[in-house]
Amino acid sequence: MLKEDYEIVIGLEVHAELSTKTKIFCSCPTEFGAEPNTHTCPVCMAMPGALPVLNEKVVEYAVKAGLATDCTIARESKNDRKNYFYPDLPKSYQISQFDKPLCTNGKVTIEEDGEEKVIGITRIHIEEDAGKLNHNEFGSGSLVDLNRAGVPLIEIVSEPDMRSSRDAENYLRKIKSILEYIEVSDCKMQEGSLRADVNVSVRKKGAKEFGTRTEMKNMNSFRSIVRAIDYEAERQIEVLENGGKIDQETLRWDDVSGKTFSMRDKEDAQDYRYFPEPDLVAIRLSDEYIENIRKNLPELPESRKKRYLEEYKLTEKDSRMLTASKYMSNLFEEALEICGNAKAVANWLLSDVSRILNEKELEPEQIPFTAEELAKMIMLIEKGTISSAIGKKVLEELFENPRDPQKIIEEKGWIQISDEGAIKEVVMRILENNQQSIIDFKAGKDRALGFLVGQAMKETKGKANPKMLNDMFLEELKK
Amino acid sequence: MEITKLTVHELQEKLKAKELTITDITKAYVDNIEKHEKDVQAFITPITDEAIKNAENIQAKVDSGEIKGSLAGIPIGIKDNICTKGIKTTCASKMLENFVSPYNATIMEKIEAENMINLGKLNMDEFAMGASTEYSYFKKTRNPWNLNTVPGGSSGGSAAAVASNMVPWAIGSDTGGSIRQPSSFCGVVGLKPTYGLVSRYGLVAFASSLDQIGPITKDVTDAAILLNVISGHDEKDTTSVNKEKVDYNKALKGDVKGLKIGLPKEYFGEGINPEVKEKLNEAIETYKKLGATVEECSLNIADYALATYYIIACAEASSNLGRFDGIRYGYRTQNYESLKDIYRNSRSEGFGPEVKRRIILGTYVLSSGYYDAYYKKAQQVRTLVKKEFDKAFEKYDVLLTPTSPTVAFEIGTRSNNPLEMYLADICTVSVNIAGLPGISVPCGVDSKGMPIGMQLIGNKFAEETILNAAYTYEQEFKFREKYNPEFKKV
Repeated sequence: MLKEDYEIVIGLEVHAELSTKTKIFCSCPTEFGAEPNTHTCPVCMAMPGALPVLNEKVVEYAVKAGLATDCTIARESKNDRKNYFYPDLPKSYQISQFDKPLCTNGKVTIEEDGEEKVIGITRIHIEEDAGKLNHNEFGSGSLVDLNRAGVPLIEIVSEPDMRSSRDAENYLRKIKSILEYIEVSDCKMQEGSLRADVNVSVRKKGAKEFGTRTEMKNMNSFRSIVRAIDYEAERQIEVLENGGKIDQETLRWDDVSGKTFSMRDKEDAQDYRYFPEPDLVAIRLSDEYIENIRKNLPELPESRKKRYLEEYKLTEKDSRMLTASKYMSNLFEEALEICGNAKAVANWLLSDVSRILNEKELEPEQIPFTAEELAKMIMLIEKGTISSAIGKKVLEELFENPRDPQKIIEEKGWIQISDEGAIKEVVMRILENNQQSIIDFKAGKDRALGFLVGQAMKETKGKANPKMLNDMFLEELKK
Repeated sequence: MEITKLTVHELQEKLKAKELTITDITKAYVDNIEKHEKDVQAFITPITDEAIKNAENIQAKVDSGEIKGSLAGIPIGIKDNICTKGIKTTCASKMLENFVSPYNATIMEKIEAENMINLGKLNMDEFAMGASTEYSYFKKTRNPWNLNTVPGGSSGGSAAAVASNMVPWAIGSDTGGSIRQPSSFCGVVGLKPTYGLVSRYGLVAFASSLDQIGPITKDVTDAAILLNVISGHDEKDTTSVNKEKVDYNKALKGDVKGLKIGLPKEYFGEGINPEVKEKLNEAIETYKKLGATVEECSLNIADYALATYYIIACAEASSNLGRFDGIRYGYRTQNYESLKDIYRNSRSEGFGPEVKRRIILGTYVLSSGYYDAYYKKAQQVRTLVKKEFDKAFEKYDVLLTPTSPTVAFEIGTRSNNPLEMYLADICTVSVNIAGLPGISVPCGVDSKGMPIGMQLIGNKFAEETILNAAYTYEQEFKFREKYNPEFKKV
């Protein structure tokens, strides 16, 4: 199989739950995690005779998302019904948008190894989420929870502009970052408030026509999206190389086995019978309304990055990495506000904090400690109360059980020894026990100094002030 | 004095003069229900004992001055597709046989705010689909003028209950003629308001873009009074229009001098019963005598209106009725092994044949490959229908047509022939397609004594114009003084 001969073509359909207080067509709360069916009313339960009323905030949030991704905003748009039967869909139709979406023709820029790439956005439309089916712990069958039914969503459909799983991940991270910046969605993949369906096809390099695509669902982390794309592309190439044909179908990704499975047979091909929702009037937006939203759009990652370059003199790469996540970026700014050392905060966040996040497979918004705790830890290092080696240990503690760093070092007895008398005592003792090192040093072997300092650190369990140790050893050795 | 023969505005006067009490009135109606219901079969859920208790309660509160308002204690009947909290709302379907709504329709809130007394839920064609009330799952309502004939439909229970004096007035709903046609068949007044004038919140949807709730009453004055109660913008229905409230009572001037009436010739052609035509012509002469100008005109689209109506109405119905899936409420089959079985069997067993016919038709016209040929085309014709009416209303204040091509037909003669049943709507559907107001007023009886109705169509939100035109005619013709239903068993 000549994998290098093929090009992978990827398009994403991203669903993001909007963080409005109430649902899209009724005034039930959208909050996650309530007792089943407590956030419901005749409208979202689809009682006979109940009618939807469009939540204006949903339109505003979707327009924000459209403007932040360079979309054209439709002056006139409408809702449509997508008809199908499923127990989590109480009306037996989803109110969505079909041929007149709110936003069209946008784009976002992604970066990989310093190279920029533009990914087109076909459309963004508003729709309602479905409920949830839960396993029945009291008997057979399933239980329906309609708390999520009617939670507002935007669906962001990309052009098939991505060529690798890496592209797809970068694109999704970019979308997540933008939606977080403009404060329209929490984008929590683990809670399902950000979901992506992925369309994948392959073609011989240089081919003009796209290959037949498959659509994959059920990926709930960035990692599983990358894995699913790589798996599916390889599967398709193998099918083609063996002279087979790709079926256009919907596949379910299984994260445990790392494989895709066909979701429904072809006879079951859905006909959604879209038609304009007669219970709702057309959505008409004035230029003034759109301009007003544009003017009040919060700072986007691009401009924040520029600010970091100019104001804090951070590197291009550091600025980009810090601003990729709004949560990380906000943490940076808040910690900076307290301790005043941009370089130090950036270094801690991008090296040790990021490393721990990776190890634990956490997203930045899952960082358990506050900006204040991080800033205090940095200030303790600057003041010389702890060494940066101890700083790393404090950070581990902050991840495990976040609390005031001052308290941590007191409890753990990690305060740096800077008392001249105490240090002198240690220095003298180490020198006495390491006569050979003194000889070595005097013979011009500088390494001996490092060895002696190391011994002293070992004896003080890393708490001795390294600079004072160094100075004092030198002083004694030169006597 | 026969209390139940009085109109609501007459009852109001008697109450004001303390010649009657609220309890007297409700008791008289409950007695009449006991007397006629076995013949007429208008109710699905009658509320009698509780209505009397309610009446005593309201009387006490009126006496103590706790409640005021000229409609306090006036009884009313409600079509069984309007959600009533705590009372069954069946839509005359097995599907909702035991369904009790957890909430009130907006118009029920308004009716309750007036302290009116609900005498019960009235029979109809299942989910308002039909023109004879024969498609009710529960019972066939009879026309009080001849018990062998249908009351019309779908609001047949409402029209028959008003005609037989079992309720002083009633609420109906009209998607293609369901208020006007049974009103015509039963010799009462029925008004379909402009689309958007009355909130649809809590009306179990048949075809969302066509449905309107309206009054069925003994006379035009009562229609104006009840429209005053139920009309007005509702935040819960975004298709309801936000406009200033009008007192429709004040529109009843009793004068039509200078009123321009158009007679669309397409509604007087073949297929209209000669006796119906004859009575219409007499009514036209009356209008001329009263000083209106009347001339023939043309509505070119009349031929396409029925086809357009059935495509749009069925398309919307096929989607609106999807929620009756046996999952959350309503009928669920006993016979299932899979989710598909629950859907298929619950719906097969829970819906009647006419409802199924329309769901299948609607599903077909919306399916991919047929959408453009049917649904999209129908929407284009709908635009043309609206334009034709716009053109007509540049010249005329009111359009006058028969309400139905025939008088009430015999039970069982059309129920197995859907196409013939659909023709009963031919004069009324285009009014729904264009979203206009229409009123049916009795204008005589045929040689067998069966009532004939005249339809007056107005421009959007011109309820005042058609109410005044209907009222002025009614004052001159005095239908109720001449004719009364006889509960004939032929």
